[in-house]
Amino acid sequence: MAGAGALKAEASGGMPPLLRRLLQVVPVLFGIATLNFLILQLAPGDVVDVLAGEAGAATPETMAELRRSFGLDQPVWLQYLRYLGQLASLDLGHSYRLNLPVRELILTRLPPTLLLMVSALLLAILLGSLAGILSARRVGGWLDTVVSGVTLLSYAVPTFWLGLMAIVLFSARLGWLPSGGMLTIGAGHSGWALLRDIAAHLVLPAVTLSTFYLAVYARLVRSAMLELHGADFIRTARAKGAGEWRITINHAFRNALLPMVTMAGYQAASLLSGAVLVETVFSWPGLGRLAYEAIRTRDLNLLLGILFFSSILVVIVNIAIDRLYGLVDPRVAPGASRA
Amino acid sequence: MSATTLSPPRPLAWIGAQPLAVLLAFAVLALVVSWSAAPSLFSSHDPFLGLTAQKLLPPSATNWFGTDHLGRDLYARVVQGTWSSVTSALIATLIGLAIGGLLGLASGFLGGWVDTVIGRLIDMLLAIPNFLLAVVIVSAFGFQTINVAVATGVASVAVFARLMRSEVMKTSTAVFVEASVLVGGRAAHVLLRHVLPNAYRSVVALAVLQFGTSILTIAGLAFLGYGDPPPAADWGLLVANGKDYPSSPWLVFAPATVIVVTVLAINRISRWIRHAA
Repeated sequence: MAGAGALKAEASGGMPPLLRRLLQVVPVLFGIATLNFLILQLAPGDVVDVLAGEAGAATPETMAELRRSFGLDQPVWLQYLRYLGQLASLDLGHSYRLNLPVRELILTRLPPTLLLMVSALLLAILLGSLAGILSARRVGGWLDTVVSGVTLLSYAVPTFWLGLMAIVLFSARLGWLPSGGMLTIGAGHSGWALLRDIAAHLVLPAVTLSTFYLAVYARLVRSAMLELHGADFIRTARAKGAGEWRITINHAFRNALLPMVTMAGYQAASLLSGAVLVETVFSWPGLGRLAYEAIRTRDLNLLLGILFFSSILVVIVNIAIDRLYGLVDPRVAPGASRA
Repeated sequence: MSATTLSPPRPLAWIGAQPLAVLLAFAVLALVVSWSAAPSLFSSHDPFLGLTAQKLLPPSATNWFGTDHLGRDLYARVVQGTWSSVTSALIATLIGLAIGGLLGLASGFLGGWVDTVIGRLIDMLLAIPNFLLAVVIVSAFGFQTINVAVATGVASVAVFARLMRSEVMKTSTAVFVEASVLVGGRAAHVLLRHVLPNAYRSVVALAVLQFGTSILTIAGLAFLGYGDPPPAADWGLLVANGKDYPSSPWLVFAPATVIVVTVLAINRISRWIRHAA
C-alpha cells in the first residue's frame, strides 16, 4: 500500500497533510458565510430600520443617506461579494448597538468561554472514563446500575434547570460557591487569590455544562471496554501476569481512546451551544453570554459574527483533533505505513 | 396453543410481552399528546385567569402543581403550554427528518458529485453550533413559536442527513441490492423496495430521539425568552418565570419534572425502536 500512499500525495501536489486539510476547510467556511448572508438578507428590515427605530424618528432622506453609507443601496450580488471580502479579511462588521467592532467584542469574550469549555470537557472525559471503566468491570453491579441510571437521566434533564438547581443548592442553601460571574467584583485580587477566585466561580458552570458529556463518555468507555472483553491481547497480557488494573488502563482503556477523540470532535459544536445556556444562567462573561445580550438588544450583526466565529472555532478544533488521532493511535498517523 | 407455534401474534399478547418501562413511556407520551390536543379537557382551571388572593400556593388537591405569582393554576398552565412545547418539537423533528432524510438519501444512493456536494453541505452544517443557529434564525425572523420550530428543525438537518447517508450506503452495497439491480430493477424500485425498508429503522429511532432533544432545545429557547411572549406558557418559559420566586420551589420543579419525564419516555421509546426485533 506504500505505492498508493505515494500516488495520493503526488496527486495533491505533494502538499503537507495539514495544508491540505486547511484547504478542505475553505468551502465549509464559504458555505457558512453564505448562510449568514442569506439570513441577513431574508430577515425583515435592515440595520437602518433598526437605527431609525432606535432614534425614535428619521426622515426618508436620512434613511436613504444611511443606506448609501452602509452600501445597502447596491445590488445584492455586490453586497454579497463585499460581505465575503470583509469576512476573508476577518472583519466581522460592526455592532451598531455597542458601537464597537464585532471582532473586538468577540475576542474579549473568547477566553472565558474557552476556559469554561475546556474545563467542562476535561471534567467529562476524566470522570466519564472513570465511571465507564468502573461500571464495565462489573456489569449489572450496583455501580453499573447507578451509572446507567444517571446517564439516562442526564440525557433528559435540561441544562438550564440543572444550573438553576446547582445555584439553589450550593450557593443559596449551602453558601459554598458563588452563584454567578467570573470574579468577585471589587475584591481586587491578584496572583494566587485571583486564580482561586476564578476557580471558585468556575466550578458550578463547568460541572453543569459537563454533566451531559460525562454521561456520553461513561457510556462510550463502558461499551468500548466491554467490546474488548476476551480479546486475544487482553488474554495474553493476563497470561503474562499483568495485574487487573494494569490490563484495564494500559491495554483496554488505550483502545477506548480513539472513539473518545472522535466524540470530542463531534462535541465541539454542541459544547458551544450548551455554553449559551450555561453562561446565561451563571452570568459567565463569555461568548454565550454575549450572544444572549445580542439577542436582548436584537443586535443581529453581532449574533451573526458570533455564529461565524464559533463555526470557525469548531473547524479549528476538528483539525486539531485530526492531528490528535495519530498521537492516540499510531495506526492512523498520517505517516504510518499500512501493512 | 404452545408458545412455539408460528401463528400471527395477537395484539394483546404482543403488548403484554413488551417491557413495563416501554408501556409506561407510551402512556406518558399519550398523556402529553392529549394535553396538547385538548388542554381544556384536562384542567378545570383557566390558565390565564389569576386570583391574586391565591398567589404562590403550594401544591394541593385543588391546585396540583400549586399557583404562580399571579395566582394562576400552574398545572393548567403546564397543560396549556404543551402545544407550543411539544407540538413545535414534533414539527421541528419532521422538518429535520424530511430535509435531512432526502439529502442523505440522494447523497448515499446517487453517489458521485451529488454525494460530494451534499457531503460538504453536511460538513458545513455540522460545524455550526445548532443552538446558536436556532437563536440566530429566531432573532432574524421574529419571536414566535413557529419560527422556533423551523429554526430547531433546520438546525437538526445535518444529523439526519449524516445517518440516512450512511445507512443507505450500507444497504446499497449489500448483495441482495446488487442482485436486484442486476436482474434489471429500476432505481425507484430498488430504492423503495430494498434500500429504504432496510435503512428506515435506525432513522426512525433517531427521529424519536431527536424529538426529545428538540423538546429540550425548545425549552432552552423559551427559557432565554424566545417563543411567544407571556402570558404564553411554554415549559421553558414557566421555569424561567419560576426562578424569580425561590421561596416557591414548585414553580420551577413542576414544569422541569414534566420536561424530564416526557423526554425520558421519548428516549425509552427510541431505544425500544432501535432494539425491538
